[in-house]
Amino acid sequence: MKLTLRVWRQKNADAPGTMATYEVDGISQDMSFLEMLDTLNEDLILRGEDPVAFDHDCREGICGACSLVINGDAHGPERTTTCQLHMRSFADGDTIDVEPWRAAAFPVVKDLVVDRGAFDRIIQAGGYITAPTGSAPEAHATAVPKAAADHAFEHAECIGCGACVAACPNGSAMLFTSAKVNHLGVLPQGSPERETRVLDMVARMDEEGFGGCTLTGECATACPKGIPLPSIAAMNKEWLRATRKAKR
Amino acid sequence: MSTYTEYTTGEPLADTKAPAGPIAERWDRRRFEAKLVNPANRRKHTVIVVGTGLAGGAAGATLAEQGYHVVQFCYSDSPRRAHSIAAQGGINAAKNYRNDGDSVHRLFYDTVKGGDFRARESNVHRLAQISVEIIDQCVAQGVPFAREYGGLLDTRSFGGVQVSRTFYARGQTGQQLLLGAYQALSRQIAAGNVEMHARTEMLDLIVVDGRARGIVARDLVTGEISTHFADAVVLATGGYGNVFYLSTNAMNSNATAVWRAHRRGAYFGNPCFTQIHPTCIPRTGDHQSKLTLMSESLRNDGRIWVPKAKGDTRPAADIPEDERDYYLERIYPSFGNLVPRDIASRAAKNVCDEGRGVGPGGQGVYLDFADAIRRMGKDKVAEKYGNLFDMYERITAENPYEVPMRIYPAVHYTMGGLWVDYDLQTTVPGLFAIGEANFSDHGANRLGASALMQGLADGYFVLPSTINDYLARNPQAGDVDDTHPEAVSVLRETRERIERLLAVDGDRTPDSFHREIGELMWEYCGMARTDAGLRKALARIPEIREEFWRRIKVPGTGAELNQSLEKANRIVDYLELAELMCLDALHRAESCGGHFREESQTPDGEAARRDEAFSYAAAWEFVGTGTAPVLHKEDLVFEYVHPTQRSYA
Repeated sequence: MKLTLRVWRQKNADAPGTMATYEVDGISQDMSFLEMLDTLNEDLILRGEDPVAFDHDCREGICGACSLVINGDAHGPERTTTCQLHMRSFADGDTIDVEPWRAAAFPVVKDLVVDRGAFDRIIQAGGYITAPTGSAPEAHATAVPKAAADHAFEHAECIGCGACVAACPNGSAMLFTSAKVNHLGVLPQGSPERETRVLDMVARMDEEGFGGCTLTGECATACPKGIPLPSIAAMNKEWLRATRKAKR
Repeated sequence: MSTYTEYTTGEPLADTKAPAGPIAERWDRRRFEAKLVNPANRRKHTVIVVGTGLAGGAAGATLAEQGYHVVQFCYSDSPRRAHSIAAQGGINAAKNYRNDGDSVHRLFYDTVKGGDFRARESNVHRLAQISVEIIDQCVAQGVPFAREYGGLLDTRSFGGVQVSRTFYARGQTGQQLLLGAYQALSRQIAAGNVEMHARTEMLDLIVVDGRARGIVARDLVTGEISTHFADAVVLATGGYGNVFYLSTNAMNSNATAVWRAHRRGAYFGNPCFTQIHPTCIPRTGDHQSKLTLMSESLRNDGRIWVPKAKGDTRPAADIPEDERDYYLERIYPSFGNLVPRDIASRAAKNVCDEGRGVGPGGQGVYLDFADAIRRMGKDKVAEKYGNLFDMYERITAENPYEVPMRIYPAVHYTMGGLWVDYDLQTTVPGLFAIGEANFSDHGANRLGASALMQGLADGYFVLPSTINDYLARNPQAGDVDDTHPEAVSVLRETRERIERLLAVDGDRTPDSFHREIGELMWEYCGMARTDAGLRKALARIPEIREEFWRRIKVPGTGAELNQSLEKANRIVDYLELAELMCLDALHRAESCGGHFREESQTPDGEAARRDEAFSYAAAWEFVGTGTAPVLHKEDLVFEYVHPTQRSYA
């Protein structure tokens, strides 16, 4: 396959960015999207140009590092991570736009690399269960209904990639935050910190400059792990419940 | 340019930290004998932890909970992305919830046997003891393990064992355990007990007066190279499988931290012990940048086969039952498809070498779920393996519910690593290595679902106990800062290396060198090794190294985010480590576990171990680049599990 790429190039956080055009040839349908970019970068290095910087690591869809907006869609046309997107999803001769996540809370570091430290700070605000090492009771001391365990798992699958924020017209992090609130809140182990968790995480989320949620649902459509949209409604309910309880 | 195939043998090495006495009491005894640091004094101690995977994340969180000041590093943008996250299958624990005859002793026995009698008994027994606490800890953190309808934890069986002791969270167990550790670490970061440096890579170790006192690290965004000091340094930087270029490791997983520590005096243990995982997705072409593992839990219900006839190119569905060779079930009737990884991998290589492999290039075997779907129903199969099937289909565009998967072995894990004693301390006082970065618990072969167990055991329970002893015995090591002559010199060497990489301005990319060394290693130091092949590799590696320094091209500068520079700098270390791996493989003229020497096999083609000559761990001391290292042997004593030739027939 022969393709035309239009790629966002930005030297560093302070420099202005621009779309640059590159031609790539000899692309196999079996290549992943990132392997196609590897091919481009090998050419650029040999031509003495700066290769395109992008975040990636596991290349099997679980670490959450890769983060490209492809033809306007977070992670591209398939519902998966960029690293698991294959070139068979494109046609010979296509022109493909490649951009970084765009959100006020995710400043560009270089080219396609952004700073997602805000996600870590949301987790630090309360996305955990306080259980210092050594303090745990026997694992079978508390049975967890299978439905609750499955619900927790479904939300715990979030890989923290940030596609939800990139896809949202408001740059909101509600889906990310609600995934953790739902995961921990539904488990008996997580219930003692239910109220402080949701209040602190939401407060932090707002401080980080993420937008509000207007229920457009783009986040859940872009999520490679299928975190469901109702998870946001469940978090709103948790937040209201915690707010009322705090007033009492 | 100098090459070597000979080496000198130095003083034998002994683990002086494991107490004597009954094996089941040794860990208790060590914890009692170890000195403690007064809680009020812990705040005064700084511990550097490099890496945030299962071992590093757990250690950082736990040391901070104990009151130490932790300074932690990871190369990713977030500590949540360490490659432990990709482990799929599960974590072993001797809970015996199934009442199927499991016990701490059986897990100990299975691990020593599975490691082909090349691991230290004391360490392995401790691992088995701690396994049960790990599950308790993780459940308390909210790790959503799979559960039965009654609300209790579900378990499954895994390769190489006959009990169901593996706890799992669908096919994402590593992710869930890592997020548990990451969340515990996040709590400590928020509390100000952990100073976290993300996107920062360790480039060297600072040793002062014979003790590890700090590291040199590079900020990957600004390129700034800086020093960091502490009372002890913990390396939790994972394995070195990426020396093979293609592996199931993450793209940025690397050996720089352990190799730099090795150059500064830490002995390297059993570098040739690498694990080739039997169930990976076959490669599709030269563009391949990494390989993807399919959890071997698939072997519980999938049946592995190839056509009986050579060169049979019919689609799987058109090959009748009596023309299929379910070779693992045929050769190993009692373990069948669940034989240990090394045996399953070699068997796959053998049938492919015979010309019976399937798929493009004949480098693959079938893993077939047709029987499982008939027996359990498609829904039940989907519930157990759904995400793995989806992943397979995304990569190959084939639906495994309808056509059998194709799998082939790939480099997956390195049992070797920095040599450590029972306290997980390396031969450099104050330098500890935990998780895959050390060599300790898996001998010559790791059993499935044991990597997560070891990483968390080291991080949550072992290191936080043993490091106290070191810190208590070395209370006031004296302040060191970057004006200390050692720090100045390590910093200068690091800067010079970076400048030299940028200055060559040759005509070959970092990846081209990485691929070349990787292909050489896969060919000569991969699934089957020979004396002649290893000598060839040992002659070739110094040539590649010389060419690297002549022709490498790294664009850009050191004062910016420069991913080519990061890669090139890691390849410098692979080019030395590869040589040591080949020498270790050459010197160990026996087959054991993942190390198969063609000269050492039984008449029916099984690995032949040679206990009379090789019942020791090989710990190598660095002397200089291109100079033969010194071998120190740690004799292995088996008091509880009598070495036998492994049999899975």
